[in-house]
Amino acid sequence: MILLKLFASFFQIGLFSVGGGYAAMPLIEAQAVDAFGWLTTQEFTSLVTIAEMTPGPIAVNAATFVGMRLAGIPGAIFATLGCIFPSLIIVTLMSVLYEKYRSLDTMQAVLACLRPAAVALIASAAITILRVALLNGGTLKIENIRPLGVSLFAAALFALRKKRMSPIVVMLLCGAAGIAAHAVGL
Amino acid sequence: MSRKEKGKLWTLFTSMLSISAFTFGGGFVIVTLMKRRFVDELGWLEENDMLDMTALAQTCPGAIAVNAAILAGRSVAGVRGIAAAVLGTIIPPVAILSVISYCYTQFAENAWVAAALAGMQAGVAAVIVDVVLNLGGGILKEKKRLIHAVLMGAFMASLLGVNAIHIVLACAGIGALNAVCMRRHQA
Repeated sequence: MILLKLFASFFQIGLFSVGGGYAAMPLIEAQAVDAFGWLTTQEFTSLVTIAEMTPGPIAVNAATFVGMRLAGIPGAIFATLGCIFPSLIIVTLMSVLYEKYRSLDTMQAVLACLRPAAVALIASAAITILRVALLNGGTLKIENIRPLGVSLFAAALFALRKKRMSPIVVMLLCGAAGIAAHAVGL
Repeated sequence: MSRKEKGKLWTLFTSMLSISAFTFGGGFVIVTLMKRRFVDELGWLEENDMLDMTALAQTCPGAIAVNAAILAGRSVAGVRGIAAAVLGTIIPPVAILSVISYCYTQFAENAWVAAALAGMQAGVAAVIVDVVLNLGGGILKEKKRLIHAVLMGAFMASLLGVNAIHIVLACAGIGALNAVCMRRHQA
């Protein structure tokens, strides 16, 4: 039963990928390429590229991609459900525990230190994205600077902070600006 | 289910749907968009709730976006909230990838797609920087040296490539130690 195999395989990926997308990639490769041969190494590489180009968690993208190619839409649904099933159980449980114990003094002290950690992780993700958007993923050198990226970034930050524009509108406008710049050959 | 409850679930679903359709660049981008929507615009959650959820979503197995949706959905509207938020989160990537799986080479090599994405990356960078400035400002205003040290230490560790899960666990450990020390101090 290919549908159950897909479910079980992506269930494992969902269960063991602690820490988001980059932790999930090697697990997806181990299951889909090495263990079952559902994808060739080259297909896996294109999957990584596409996952970076499209919205959504890499594990969900991979589940849909592999499921779709093996068994069409039912395959995509079963693989995706398998991938999010561990989260549904574990995270719901954590949520219950969090609500039950969050008012304890010890828990308050732990949370007080977890909040700056969360901000630090988001800030570090911001640095990574800034490097890609402004410096082509390179180091801080004149030849790496993308003029279009820098000007769009500055305009977008101004729209967000001073004009309180909605983030989704800002991102759409930036995408449109990218297409317009390509059309005029920038 | 009352009409008000249905309205809330619908808003939760459509919020996650539109946020998820634009989360290029990993789980922390979705968390920043959720913060803007649920904390700043709708006032459903406190800033501290969102930060706790970020740390929890990072520590649990699975995709950060899905984990954060489960936590926020349950907090806003219980089990039904989980269903609404998770469906909203996974429908966009499942729909997009289903279509792309038929023509993925053409998509990956298309110059127009690349141009739109290059523009959007700058937008994503601005959104995440905006939220970092707001959150960082909030933390620095607290005037607690330990909290400032944890912020800087965790940030440096993350830049140096230390695994995020290790950073979260280490900071939880520091918090627990601090609780023990404070109790000794009082006794």
